[in-house]
Amino acid sequence: MIRWLVAAIGLCVVATHALAADPIEIGIGYLGHAGVKSKLSLVEQPSANDGLAGARLAIEDNNTTGKFLNQRFTLEEIRLKEDDDVAKAAVALAGRNGFIIADLAADALLKAADALRDRGTVLLNAGSLDDRLREQDCRANVIHIAPTRSMLADALAQYLVWKQWKRWLLVAGSHEPDKLYAEALRRAATRFGAKIVQERTFDDTGGARRTDSGVTLIQRQMPVFTQQAPAYDVLVAADESEVFASYLPYRTWDPRPIAGSAGLVPLSWDGAHDQWGAIQMQNRFFKLNSRRMTALDMQAWTAARMIGEATSRTNSGDPKAVFDFLKRPDFSVAAFKGQRLTLRDWNFQLRQPILLVDGRMVVSVSPQEGFLHQVSELDTLGVDRPETKCKLR
Amino acid sequence: MWRRYLISAIVLWLAAVTPASAFIAYVSNEKSNTVSVIDTDKWVVTKTIKVGQRPRGIEFTRDGKFVLVAVGDDDKIEVIDAASQRVVDSLPSGPDPELFAQDAAGKFLYVANENDNTVSIVDLEKRVRVGDIQVGVEPEGMTLSPDGKILINTSETTNMAHFIDTATRQIVANVLVDARPRFAEFKHDSSELWVSSEIGGTVSIIDPVKRVITGKISFNIPGLRREAIQPVGIGITRDGKTGFIALGPANRVAVVDATSHAVTKYLLVGQRVWHMAFTPDEKYLLVTNGVSNDVSVIDVSAQKVIKTIQVGELPWGITFAQP
Repeated sequence: MIRWLVAAIGLCVVATHALAADPIEIGIGYLGHAGVKSKLSLVEQPSANDGLAGARLAIEDNNTTGKFLNQRFTLEEIRLKEDDDVAKAAVALAGRNGFIIADLAADALLKAADALRDRGTVLLNAGSLDDRLREQDCRANVIHIAPTRSMLADALAQYLVWKQWKRWLLVAGSHEPDKLYAEALRRAATRFGAKIVQERTFDDTGGARRTDSGVTLIQRQMPVFTQQAPAYDVLVAADESEVFASYLPYRTWDPRPIAGSAGLVPLSWDGAHDQWGAIQMQNRFFKLNSRRMTALDMQAWTAARMIGEATSRTNSGDPKAVFDFLKRPDFSVAAFKGQRLTLRDWNFQLRQPILLVDGRMVVSVSPQEGFLHQVSELDTLGVDRPETKCKLR
Repeated sequence: MWRRYLISAIVLWLAAVTPASAFIAYVSNEKSNTVSVIDTDKWVVTKTIKVGQRPRGIEFTRDGKFVLVAVGDDDKIEVIDAASQRVVDSLPSGPDPELFAQDAAGKFLYVANENDNTVSIVDLEKRVRVGDIQVGVEPEGMTLSPDGKILINTSETTNMAHFIDTATRQIVANVLVDARPRFAEFKHDSSELWVSSEIGGTVSIIDPVKRVITGKISFNIPGLRREAIQPVGIGITRDGKTGFIALGPANRVAVVDATSHAVTKYLLVGQRVWHMAFTPDEKYLLVTNGVSNDVSVIDVSAQKVIKTIQVGELPWGITFAQP
């Protein structure tokens, strides 16, 4: 009798507990730098919340889904100033959040990853394109949402080769990221059968980006800089530092199209992309932020959505269970790219189609038709498994 | 004797020339902003009707007098008079309507509004919006249970089939399915609900009473990447024995044994096949091929593609008048 009573009381307790159950809370941190890098074009000037705005939209989307599953997502942001200790900030965020979306330069990202290694906190790299983070410097607690330079370069090369624009004049900037991008473009040319007929370096001699009589000067400089080149089909510019590439279109000595850092640009996302349901995403983003969605916004959105997706599938707020689910071979996420996006299991890089955009329209999407692969055509973009230097640990 | 021959010859001749089934199909062309009208007697387009911007979801009203077509970029649903084949009116919907479902009486229309995570309820007679139901992110697929008590809505980014009680207009259950659920269809006897997941690449079989997934149909086409197989439109024969599933950029329609849920055949159709409709006698199934701008005609019993009809640009949805 007493046993029955105890059991009945037990059941009541369970029942009331179930009714009043607190939602599963999933905290996501956002770690980025304060301030924005200036662009040559005023219309491309990044917003102060570039990236973060995408993560915020994903939190909204996750919470719309979460209300049906009793899950609640929050976003906590830390913006590092120049002298701030990235490891300390990462540990502070990790105290309250199981996942951290990072928009950091490669070295800072590695510091944060190593500081979090023993806690098991997972970083989602939304900002850094460096191949080395997925190769010799890869980490077992970092998932890469941003594409690599080699993925972007391969996406562009496939299109230029398909277009039969195989003779390239490569112009690279003098800063480190420009050199890395130029290296990725050289690799892409070799892989897909393009020929770099000549290379030139555009030295950054300093100076202001914007002056009141800028156009007159640039109009004299650029033709001179590009004259006496061997016969070429397309000028490919590597200028991540925003020093010269945007000045090239319509100003080259020979009438040639520009690609790379200006003209036809490979990106993970663009405000003009509207295929595959993307228009809904663009509308939602615009409604929330009163501006167009950038590649960085999309990379941060995808990072937070992957956590949302894994949380709804596992129905768990345990970051380890969610990370394990993300690593499963059947994990995939829908991100308005016309096909499922999956993770490369050897370095946790997100496979993704790359858009080729001209600033107003999406010109094409790579991989291009006919570039085949035994596993996934998306692996024709970037460093593939047999070439990888990554050993996850 | 010769008379008998003559009579049977005449009968045969009559049978040959008299249309066995003259049905009219309406196809929405998403890019050309038109609706193509197809005569299934001659399998030709007999008329092209100009409609609003970005026509997608399309369906006859229950009385067979009007065709409703969601014109997403105009934020409304247009009404085509089937007799005059002209747009005669429009219905209010929420922003960017895509697919919709009608109740059996033809009184209410339930509309998925992709842009604000709602399902709108429109009173068809009064032509006013009478309510909204909050659902998941990017609502798309819409269907009513055969008894009309449960409305199913799929949300593409939330990845759920929402079960909505049509009396209380409240969500009573949510079933998590694979990524980007596009379309939902009940078997006529209500024993199963099928939901297609475009990016997930599967069709979930759901028990409508227990509201749980009881099985999944997956597809394997030799020589095709898994990513290219993207199930969207679903058609199930009235006897519940055969299912047809449009596989998008795989350019094929899968034929499924609807009892065992095994795929028995893949029919090659046009490019990027999305939605479909049976002729009312269920002899033929018409599917829309977006990228090749045509409609394929499938002979249902022979399970063969017998004809292709050119329509407008990016054909999307298709509907038949019930006789």
